[in-house]
Amino acid sequence: MSNAPVNSGRRKFLTLTTAVVGGVGAAAVAVPFVKSWSPSEKAKAAGAPVAVDVSKIQPGQLIRVEWRGKPVWIVSRTQKIIDELASLSGQLRDPDSQEPQQPEYASNINRSLKEEIFVAVGLCTHLGCSPTYLPDSFGEQVEGIESGFFCPCHGSKFDMAGRVFQNVPAPLNLVVPPHHYVSDTQILIGLDKGDA
Amino acid sequence: MLKKLVTGTIDWVDARIPMTETWNKHLAQYPTPVNFNFWYFFGSLAMLVLVNQLLTGIWLTMHYNPSAEGAFASIEYIMRDVPYGWLLRYMHSTGASAFFVVIYLHMFRGLIYGSYQKPRELIWIFGMLIFLVLMAEAFMGYLLPWGQMSFWGAQVIISLFGAIPIIGDDLTLWIRGDYVISGATLNRFFALHVVALPLALVALVFLHIVALHEVGSNNPDGIEIKQKKGSASEEAKGKFTFHKHYSGKKDIIDAIPFHPYFTVKDIMGVAGFLIFFCAVIFFLPEGGGYFLEPPNFEPANSLKTPDHIAPVWYYTPYYAILRAIPDKLIGVVFFGGSIAILFLLPWLDRCKVKSIRYRSWIHKANITQFIICFIVLGVLGALAATPVRTIIAQIASVGYFGFFIALWVYSKNEKTKPLPTRLTFK
Repeated sequence: MSNAPVNSGRRKFLTLTTAVVGGVGAAAVAVPFVKSWSPSEKAKAAGAPVAVDVSKIQPGQLIRVEWRGKPVWIVSRTQKIIDELASLSGQLRDPDSQEPQQPEYASNINRSLKEEIFVAVGLCTHLGCSPTYLPDSFGEQVEGIESGFFCPCHGSKFDMAGRVFQNVPAPLNLVVPPHHYVSDTQILIGLDKGDA
Repeated sequence: MLKKLVTGTIDWVDARIPMTETWNKHLAQYPTPVNFNFWYFFGSLAMLVLVNQLLTGIWLTMHYNPSAEGAFASIEYIMRDVPYGWLLRYMHSTGASAFFVVIYLHMFRGLIYGSYQKPRELIWIFGMLIFLVLMAEAFMGYLLPWGQMSFWGAQVIISLFGAIPIIGDDLTLWIRGDYVISGATLNRFFALHVVALPLALVALVFLHIVALHEVGSNNPDGIEIKQKKGSASEEAKGKFTFHKHYSGKKDIIDAIPFHPYFTVKDIMGVAGFLIFFCAVIFFLPEGGGYFLEPPNFEPANSLKTPDHIAPVWYYTPYYAILRAIPDKLIGVVFFGGSIAILFLLPWLDRCKVKSIRYRSWIHKANITQFIICFIVLGVLGALAATPVRTIIAQIASVGYFGFFIALWVYSKNEKTKPLPTRLTFK
């Protein structure tokens, strides 16, 4: 053993740098463990945006597509329905879409990008059942309104913009998923405009 | 000849690992207060149930298939085709509920006799960590049968993390590993349930006992059996020899060795416990819908929610607190707070007297109202919410948290009764 004098400043420095470098290494090792919990490529592919051609939907018709395991509705609304929306405010919980249940661009009275095409996740905000579309017989649920959505599980009611009526179990309007028009007739569900 | 072989073997081992030394230090010469009562059964019973869960759990993994496609069918396979599979599964599912029964009674014991007080704070902290890991363990285990309640219960609980501002949505996505609860979620819960959390549980139980043996057990009188060296009479010290680790620095009074006296007592506790445990396994394995809930006999369906979602009974008090608060984020905060505040108990109680026997009527009343609130919350959490029940749950939630606040206030200058100098039998 050498009898050289102890340089405690150098020892401290070496201890510190070893600890820091070792700590960074340990943190780096944690990355794969933490990251491996994120959705896999397979899950991401299944959760990828869905392109839908809306040119063939008849007025009043509803079509369903699956996005991330959930049913997404695309409804073509008639002019009569669109005109009716404004008059319902008094009967709704959140007529002006104050709650963040939709992207900003759908935060209008129609809750949509284009007046006639309405896109929503078809799951009741109460306990996740899928409400039934009643194009002609909604009047049995809410007098004087021809069409709307009625949840068979616990009786929640939604208008043709997915807005929830008062005095039903569901607390919130239906969710409008991120979506945008790729062309005049094609919607991409799952991505906002400009997102990669 | 045989005797020589046995002692020779023991000597051989003792020269290599401290076997006899450990046996004496922690069992045969471990000083235990003489006045342990009924409430002191539940620590050893918790260990018994842990062993039951580990053993039956290992055997169940031999037949279980952890995948979204195969999980539900493999449970039916265990129940119908595997020899004694039904018994192994019922031992495991009943064991989960039994674990919580035993742990709640064990915690209640600590609460009334002040076993969390100085110098036993770390025993309490390790115990609370065990309780926390146990809740995570039970929650993840409940997803594995992949029934309707498995799926939607997990959906509701994981969604709680979504209430956390800013990172909430990304956090839930990370926990699930998918946009909905899926096979990815099932597989990671399986890994945590059968490997990671049991390891943590066993390690924490070890630390719990190491901490206990370092300071020694509390007792129903809440006075210490270790006194200043040379201060106790021969009569008080009794005729037993204790390990020098304990008797070297202190005089030990009113104590007897753990083995054989308390091993025998605990065996009696085990016998009593097994009567109830087996009665449930053989005659009431579903626990009237509270141990195994009816919707869980249907396979998971991500498009249809069961009409009434209730957690398993041992979570219902906290779930009732969550539901009682109309705001999602504040509800989640109090939900977490209802567990977190228990960790602080050793510092919230500022009284120097430990046992309820010698404490004030205010303390007795406070513990009584706390237990009533806890049970009321437990019942309400299992029922569907109505406006009236929500108000009752809100009152009970105030009582739950009020217990801790009141304790902190009155315990500082509490009017207590004089403590005995020796342990008493009641």
